[in-house]
Amino acid sequence: MSKVAWYRAAVIAGVVALLEALCLAGVIDKITMPAPHVIARDLWRMLVSGRMNAAIAKTLGNTVLALGLALGVGIIAAALLHRARAVRDTLDPLFATYYAVPVFAFYPFFIVVFGLGDLPQILIAFMLGVVAVIVNTLNGLDRVPNVLLKTARILRLSPADTALRMTLPYAGPYVLTGVKLAVAYAFIGVIGSEFIMSRGGIGYEISFAYANFDNATMYPLIVLILLASVAVNGLLGVWEQRLLARRGLR
Amino acid sequence: MTGRPPAPLHAVGPIDLDIRPGEFFAVVGPSGCGKSTLLELIAGLTPATEGRIEFEGAPVAGEAPDGIGVVFQEDASLAWLDVAGNVAFGLRRSALTAEERQRRVRDALKLVGLSDFATSYPAQLSGGMRQRVCIARTLVMQPRLILLDEPFGALDQQTRLLMGDELLRLWRETAATVFLITHALDEATMLADRIGVMSARPGRIIDVVETGWPRERDSRIVERAEFGNITARLWHTLRAESMKSIRS
Amino acid sequence: MSARFAGLRNGLTLVVGLLLLWQILYLWTGDVALASPLATFRYTARLFATESFGAQVYETLRAFSIAYAISVVMGLGIGFWLGFDRLSGDALEPMIVSVYAIPKLTLYPILLLAFGLGLAAKVAFGVIHGVIPIILFTLAAVHNTKPILVKTGRVLRLSRWQMIRWILFPAAIPEIFTGLRVGFALTLIGSLLAEMFASQRGLGYLLMNGIGLHNVELIMSVTLVIVVFAATVSVVLLHIDRRLHGRV
Repeated sequence: MSKVAWYRAAVIAGVVALLEALCLAGVIDKITMPAPHVIARDLWRMLVSGRMNAAIAKTLGNTVLALGLALGVGIIAAALLHRARAVRDTLDPLFATYYAVPVFAFYPFFIVVFGLGDLPQILIAFMLGVVAVIVNTLNGLDRVPNVLLKTARILRLSPADTALRMTLPYAGPYVLTGVKLAVAYAFIGVIGSEFIMSRGGIGYEISFAYANFDNATMYPLIVLILLASVAVNGLLGVWEQRLLARRGLR
Repeated sequence: MTGRPPAPLHAVGPIDLDIRPGEFFAVVGPSGCGKSTLLELIAGLTPATEGRIEFEGAPVAGEAPDGIGVVFQEDASLAWLDVAGNVAFGLRRSALTAEERQRRVRDALKLVGLSDFATSYPAQLSGGMRQRVCIARTLVMQPRLILLDEPFGALDQQTRLLMGDELLRLWRETAATVFLITHALDEATMLADRIGVMSARPGRIIDVVETGWPRERDSRIVERAEFGNITARLWHTLRAESMKSIRS
Repeated sequence: MSARFAGLRNGLTLVVGLLLLWQILYLWTGDVALASPLATFRYTARLFATESFGAQVYETLRAFSIAYAISVVMGLGIGFWLGFDRLSGDALEPMIVSVYAIPKLTLYPILLLAFGLGLAAKVAFGVIHGVIPIILFTLAAVHNTKPILVKTGRVLRLSRWQMIRWILFPAAIPEIFTGLRVGFALTLIGSLLAEMFASQRGLGYLLMNGIGLHNVELIMSVTLVIVVFAATVSVVLLHIDRRLHGRV
């Protein structure tokens, strides 16, 4: 293992060990947080019993839905905006300040309009992710060098062919950056909304467990989300690295 | 061909030029004189405002005609395809069988000396090799006219000389007509049968120099006495034009 | 000058467009779900006239400012450390990036258990949101220092401190500022989210209160205040950010 890998392993092990020690010593009391090994055990039991499966499925389903929407709408919107300079320039301040505005502030509004179902969550998650996709896709489209577009014309490619075989592959890595962000945001949007106000899903279960002082459920769920988020992000990151390495960009 | 491209500012012209089949024609001129515009006019990438451009008897306008290949100065290799994929990309629209395509790709790679790198990616290659990939992609379509817009501009001097040798060899082996734009006078003198000298913007051809070199030539031609004379003549014409260009 | 005018015009068009969209949505959904822009503005004006609203705003701003101050100090400190200490930087940066992607709302119960209800929890939540971009951008700023700048400093025989003060830090400012700008936005989001449900004070609390009472005008007014504040500060910071980057 490389030095860097050792370092990381040491940091993680150190933090877990520290928490374990503090818990066992009673510095962190059981009501605040159970010891790491207890959390691990409870997580295992919870997964094995399958009682969270419905919640997990719900959260996962909504996340994927929101992600699909964000990607679909985002990429198409970016492709259209790229050709409509005036509209793009007008929307530019919106995109630039978008992530400064707490999108969650619109959640109450969505609940009032659409009721307390899945739609408000999906909308929030979609709203969070779509601009990241648009901005990054536009960035990729901007960067397609003129020489490649000229080459496409010399090779007499049709507009569709040019878009699919020149522009899209070239912009790929930048679109992927947007995808990574959209995945994270979809997750954050859905779980956050479930947490604030919802009738089901993992976020709701955490909120419910918290209200009922049920640490045996709450902490394992939190750890589950942490692990899932890190894993998905990590996998996307590895894919991104491979893609960029092949192109000599990293 | 005769022509002027559309621009509120006249970029080029008027120009009256005839390129003979099978010859190697180079164009030199001060920066900004419209050399690239001229090339894009011939390639059909830019329409002319006035005049006519003809290739093999048919007019050129708006679309790149069949039978013309172009190599640009910037790296136009496709980073996401390997070398073989890059070269094969040129055959996308052709009605060849898969076998035919593979054969042509192999031949093109052999012509430019990249057979050993068929599965490498452009990112793993040097600048000169990437330019050769672009040349191979052009050659695979077996064009009758090859346009090169300062193809070696981004390379160092030694590589440029060697690439010049390569280009001459390819010219002989494919028997194509070659139209090369360069700002390097020695490069033009070494490579071309005839050299067109462009004035400062709006660029017109103010002189055409015949080098009279034999077809079988390489970079060692620089050792000949006439080489110095020709280059001197080019510079003599260009010096005044270049100063105009710098001032504007 | 015309560029600035165009920017202003675009901004105004956008605002007008959004207001129109709002009005149309209101006409579509009716009073049960939305308040019209006009009604919302009136309600907001009335809110500001009441004394208790001022107290809520102050509460939010207080929590946010403390959180931001801590985020900046921690962020810069850790960012510089990781920037200069290559091993730590390489090892920990991906881990910090992972934290960025975690739905931090799920950590909220832990923070509540650790800090109890109230200001400390709000600040903690704001900090975990805001400190991350500041760390990452500061780290990147140090890593991206052009080697030529360091060489220049050494050729000028500057001491380490002088180099940092006169060359390295000024060069890093644009990127650090971007981190501070993003950190500002995220800290605000974090502390607002914290207020939304386990605080009895502040704008976030008012928002949830509005939902509970189904007071549509209240919900919209508070949302409006938050959005206008966040957007305005963001635009100002963005403007500064662009000028800093244009400078370099």
